[in-house]
Amino acid sequence: MDTLMLSRIQFGANISFHILFPTITIALGWVLLFFKLRYNATGNLRWMEAYRFWVKVFALSFAMGVVSGITMSFQFGTNWPGFMETVGNIAGPLLAYEVMTAFFLEAVFLGIMLFGFSRVPGWLHTLATFLVAFGTTMSAFWILVLNSWMHTPQGFEMREGVAYATSWFEIIFNPSMPYRLTHMLLASGLTVAFLIAGLSAFRWLLGDRSNSVRVTLKTGVFMGALLIPVQIFMGDMHGLNTLEHQPQKVAAMEGNWETQSNVPLLLFAIPDEEARENRMEVGIPNMASVILKHKADGVVPGLNDFVADDGTVMHPPVAPVFWSFRIMVGTGFAMLLLSWAAAYLMLRKKRGPEGVPKLMMLAMVPMAFSGWVATLAGWYTTEIGRQPWLVQGVLTTEMAVADVPAPFVGTTLAAYLAIYALLLAAYIGVLFFLARKAVDGDVPRPRTPLSGQAIAREIPAE
Amino acid sequence: MDLFGDPAVWLPFTFAALMGVSILVYVVLDGFDLGVGVLFPFATDEEKDTMVASIGPFWDANETWLVLAIGLLLVAFPTAHGTILTALYLPVAIMLIGLILRGVAFEFRVKAPTPHKATWNWLFFVGSLMTSLAQGFMLGKYVMGLESTWGTWAFAGITAVFLTVAYSMIGACWLILKTETALQAKAVTWAKGGIWGLILGLGAVSLATPLVSPRIFDKWFSVPEIFLLAPLPILSAVMVLLLWRSLQRLPNATDAGARAPFSYAIALYILAFGGLAYSFYPYVVPEQLTIYEAASAPESLMIILVGAIFVIPMIGGYTALAYWVFKGKAAELRYD
Repeated sequence: MDTLMLSRIQFGANISFHILFPTITIALGWVLLFFKLRYNATGNLRWMEAYRFWVKVFALSFAMGVVSGITMSFQFGTNWPGFMETVGNIAGPLLAYEVMTAFFLEAVFLGIMLFGFSRVPGWLHTLATFLVAFGTTMSAFWILVLNSWMHTPQGFEMREGVAYATSWFEIIFNPSMPYRLTHMLLASGLTVAFLIAGLSAFRWLLGDRSNSVRVTLKTGVFMGALLIPVQIFMGDMHGLNTLEHQPQKVAAMEGNWETQSNVPLLLFAIPDEEARENRMEVGIPNMASVILKHKADGVVPGLNDFVADDGTVMHPPVAPVFWSFRIMVGTGFAMLLLSWAAAYLMLRKKRGPEGVPKLMMLAMVPMAFSGWVATLAGWYTTEIGRQPWLVQGVLTTEMAVADVPAPFVGTTLAAYLAIYALLLAAYIGVLFFLARKAVDGDVPRPRTPLSGQAIAREIPAE
Repeated sequence: MDLFGDPAVWLPFTFAALMGVSILVYVVLDGFDLGVGVLFPFATDEEKDTMVASIGPFWDANETWLVLAIGLLLVAFPTAHGTILTALYLPVAIMLIGLILRGVAFEFRVKAPTPHKATWNWLFFVGSLMTSLAQGFMLGKYVMGLESTWGTWAFAGITAVFLTVAYSMIGACWLILKTETALQAKAVTWAKGGIWGLILGLGAVSLATPLVSPRIFDKWFSVPEIFLLAPLPILSAVMVLLLWRSLQRLPNATDAGARAPFSYAIALYILAFGGLAYSFYPYVVPEQLTIYEAASAPESLMIILVGAIFVIPMIGGYTALAYWVFKGKAAELRYD
């Protein structure tokens, strides 16, 4: 493989591994704030127990996110110098604002949030929890502004091959930003909802009937049930936005080769780029036209419009985009089915978790990671769907890649993949280990100050 | 904004200064917590817990200074960022893997099942060591003008070892400040052992820097620069002496002067960094690219600067709050 392909796989692997953890911490920060506020309001210890369990998951996920994120900030330089050389004037300030307004905020207050409960007044601990949640969300905001700008760039001019900002308002509020940001924040919410529901169901199946597992199970299921319809609606809006600005991506998502009306919604197909047609199509007639144009004879753009006269293909590789999109949507509907069914059974006769049959509890456990699957599939759809461009219409991926010898990239890629596989296994293993430990009653030991500095507040100030 | 003259001159200078400060803060802050990791094999299991407790609430924020420094290089001097990082491809990868391993080991060593703890402790050490060595290696390559010859590799190998020792020294000084009894006594021994590495490291870089570049040689040894620069080595020597004396008074019954070694170590880091910054200015890629040639468009730098003026004092403020909340001797890290 050449340096370009290896570098793409390397960056793809890094960013895929990285996004797993911010996807959790963005929304989990707010859920922790919710637990903390419920505890402040009710004084009921089950909320604090829920907080203490999930803050561990947060701490672990945060560490994984930090270290894998640092990797990427370096790889911009080591592997993709052309990116910053061409659009550095725009990407630079956005990344700088992410570091200044988000990274420090979350990193500094994380210490107080994790270890400060008995060291600082209650309000400061709650404030620290809020600031960490706020920091993770700000981080998502800035990075999605930049990512969206790479898909729908505006507010700049090119001078001698370098982009210069002309309007920061237009850059920040570029056309796809509101959709992409909302879609991602909802994805984070859903990932956390199903993670909480899944791990709580796991504890329930092991016989945990504590009050804290009841509240987290309910929190997860209802959060999922509330967010998933909003997400499906939002995803549709985002798709229409993409149709307007990146029609070639939508054409690949639909596996539609010719611009035409009455396009079917393909449930299954094997796109063949050599023959430029699909094999083994199974579809619902007219549905793609209906979804994208809201009428059966709506005209949907086709991939063949994006082939230059000299045969240069200017649309993304079809099969990965086509399939990633289907995996994302399929996972979304599985989430809808499970969360609504579980919510209904819990509400019916107000039976709570007891109303949920064991089989459904079992289904929730693997679905703990459904958010990851959908999020990754969604990102593959949109990012592979931007190819061959790195910044749509401005800079191709090929132009940005570093002239590093392929064996160097190959070696580091192999090392990263090995470590990521190991860490992912360790991470999932520890999540279930923590859950099992919680079932066995992870009772806090009596507090014994280790040093001369006595801890003044035996009981938190609240 | 022509208040300070041509923005194409003062903006790059300001950003080079900001980046310099970030690197310095990073080297001091992550230096001590990397150093603590490097010292891990010399401690008992119980001491390891206290050592991690002394850095647990801070390491995340400490590492963020690296992100800020590399971020400033990326945003303010994009062409230099590409040149430097492509030239340092392999050591950067080793550093990143090291940072990943030690960062997650913080969490895994206490959250994974107890039998795995020894493995994560070991990975914590390995990660800290890889990171320190790789950073020292990069320092050496940078001093050598990013050239790749047998000589520069050898020199970078030497700086790799010395920077690691220097980190372990400041790590030991941090432990003296944050711990008590047997561990503190051990830390004093470690710090004493580390001073030699520091002196040799400073000496090696100081000797090599002017020899590699005639421009830097002139900057050091011509009149009147030599007199302006003279305080730097003299002050460094004084600091080393003070550090040595402060270590000999420790540990003691009242814990008097436990803060002193860490303070002197910071002063030494500042002096060493000041010397490097003086030597390399105005180049960001040694002898190839000045900060003025590599800088981004002034309008882009300006919009970052406006944010930085508001945000950096806030970062300073809440960082101070965190160090104040967790002041005093390190206590067991607890979530409740």
